[in-house]
Amino acid sequence: MPSKISIRIDGELVHARLGQTILEVAAENNKPIPSLCSMKGLRPVGACRLCLVQVEGLGRMLPACTTPVQDGMSVTTDNAKLRGYRQMIIELLLAERNHVCAVCVANGHCELQTAAAKLGVMNTRYAYRYPNHKVDLSHSRFTLDHNRCILCSRCVRACAEVEGAHVWEIGGRGIGSLLVCELNRTWGESKHCTACGKCVQSCPTGALAEKGFAVEEMTKKPEPVSRIAAFREVRP
Amino acid sequence: MSQTITIHHVTRIEGHATIDIHLDGAGKVDHTDFHVTQFRGFEKFVEGRPYFEMPAITARICGICPVSHLLASSKACDAILAVRIPPAAKLLRELIHMAQFVQSHALSFFHLSAPDLLLGFDSDPALRNVVGLIEKHPEAARDGIALRKFGQQAIARLAGERIHPSWTVPGGVNKPLDSSTRDEILSEIPIARSILRRTLKMFKHVRDGFKDEVESFGATPTMHAGLVSPAGHLRLYDGIVKFIDAEGKAVAHIEDPIEYSGVIGEASMSDSYLKSPYFKPLGFPSGVYRVGPLARLNVADSCGTPEADDELADYREALGRVVQSSFYYHWARLIEATYAVERMEQLLNDPRILDTHVRATAGVNSNEGVGIIEAPRGVLIHHYKVDDNGAMLWANLIVATGHNNLAIREGVKQVAQRFVDGNALKEGAVNRVSALVRAFDPCLSCSTHAYGSSPYRLRLISPDGTLLDQK
Repeated sequence: MPSKISIRIDGELVHARLGQTILEVAAENNKPIPSLCSMKGLRPVGACRLCLVQVEGLGRMLPACTTPVQDGMSVTTDNAKLRGYRQMIIELLLAERNHVCAVCVANGHCELQTAAAKLGVMNTRYAYRYPNHKVDLSHSRFTLDHNRCILCSRCVRACAEVEGAHVWEIGGRGIGSLLVCELNRTWGESKHCTACGKCVQSCPTGALAEKGFAVEEMTKKPEPVSRIAAFREVRP
Repeated sequence: MSQTITIHHVTRIEGHATIDIHLDGAGKVDHTDFHVTQFRGFEKFVEGRPYFEMPAITARICGICPVSHLLASSKACDAILAVRIPPAAKLLRELIHMAQFVQSHALSFFHLSAPDLLLGFDSDPALRNVVGLIEKHPEAARDGIALRKFGQQAIARLAGERIHPSWTVPGGVNKPLDSSTRDEILSEIPIARSILRRTLKMFKHVRDGFKDEVESFGATPTMHAGLVSPAGHLRLYDGIVKFIDAEGKAVAHIEDPIEYSGVIGEASMSDSYLKSPYFKPLGFPSGVYRVGPLARLNVADSCGTPEADDELADYREALGRVVQSSFYYHWARLIEATYAVERMEQLLNDPRILDTHVRATAGVNSNEGVGIIEAPRGVLIHHYKVDDNGAMLWANLIVATGHNNLAIREGVKQVAQRFVDGNALKEGAVNRVSALVRAFDPCLSCSTHAYGSSPYRLRLISPDGTLLDQK
């Protein structure tokens, strides 16, 4: 099988390498697909479903981040139906927890906020759930606010795959899912956290942040985490 | 099965009020009630949040004076950090505070009260607003808009946003001032000063036409409270809270903010969501005191800036050393705005203000912190308790309007007794009762005017409880 293949993205013929995902090929060809859970260098998991695309010949939509390209594949990344689903996903994320941008540490630097703005989400059609989640302030350097977590699991993967500390996991099921630290310890009680901050820098929202930062002050730098991950991949 | 839900009075308010006027058998005003009818709940829902979010959260209490809450909250957080903030940060905080005083006082005087003062309390209510002001007194309307713009633009230049900026943080501010911004603000100061000169002249000219209002607008002698420097000058950002009695004699001082609860008690009222702070040594409800511009000028020996002190001398020559009529809140407000502009000029000309060291960092070094500041409407107190990790355990906020609650209640009764008679409410009487409340510039009037409809519901009630009339 040739390693170089050709696929169509939104009608345009582009070259790709076997093993790449639709999301990667689309990004390389200047056709960015919105996504929240994918992060360069981390194993894709298809958690947020924002990158759903249509593949010709298939009745269902597929997440671009976990779907490998195949020779001759024809992908639609943007149309009214996809935009509608993506808006719905953002609205459901906003309704699920307590995302109050105005007082958020990541206001202005938040991937969820940016995606909502780009997709034209002005409000949600769904009733807010207003869950009563506590803020974990037990760590000396960082904060965890479940109210702002979208369960993308970027922190889980950054900690496990890049730092190798395996501090984070997603516990519970369905709507009861929650980011947990080492068998449900508080972050401050963690036995394995190296306080490296990779989870914080990988978090797309204000859920994980540096302690003491006031509203709008938390800018995330996921690129160094991706670079470390890429460096690790080329080593024997 | 029936159940009872009790909502405790742990609220901040800024919205709507109902005034009940109860008549006696002879159709005269027996007593009045002033109800503030909105529930906010800030003190409760901040529990569990990190203390360093508090400035941003509490700033949302108000859209007119968010800077006051930002600063009071930041000061409470400074106390939790147990740091002394860098000198430049202190100057910058005071600078943005002065800018806010100018814009807030301009809003209160020109946009909210000038229609009453320049068009008359009995003028056509359809035109007794800022639009009517533009028609009849375009120069005053222009001055009001320009003065407010000056303050708002200075806030935006310093902090990036006019409303709810995030510049003020625990430990200082998050960005230093550059010289070009300083020069821009400085270049606009002469215009602001000339507007205030004109406006003070105009107010002194028109005030003689309001003898009835002067006598009846909350003219009952009360105590007053406000911040002063150790030398007795007017202070708005930081100082000692001084209480004076109705004759002007100092009766109490709060030097360390944490000691406020020894002097100020808080009573909850069964008919209002607004708490009623009172002077503890006199108890409730005898411990009535007023805060805000009138009280501050009563409490301070002088302003400490030349032009404001000249105006203060005129004011005292005309009205005496301790002024009791709440009608003169307006005059005091204009003198304070003059002080604020002069103080801005002093601060901008202080070379230390350009220092780039503007933030102190630390963790939780104290589990309790109190921040006290003068908001445009009076003394504002933020009191927080946090756990060792910095999670909010408890908050108590005493907003400026709250201090005036008892005085407003008393004033409403006084104005009603003077202007309300018989079984029907005349429009002019309704407006005078409303204007008494407006003279205090309470936070509840902010949202009021923004929506354009009267937030005041006046009800005239006979001794048997029958509703005779309402507006």
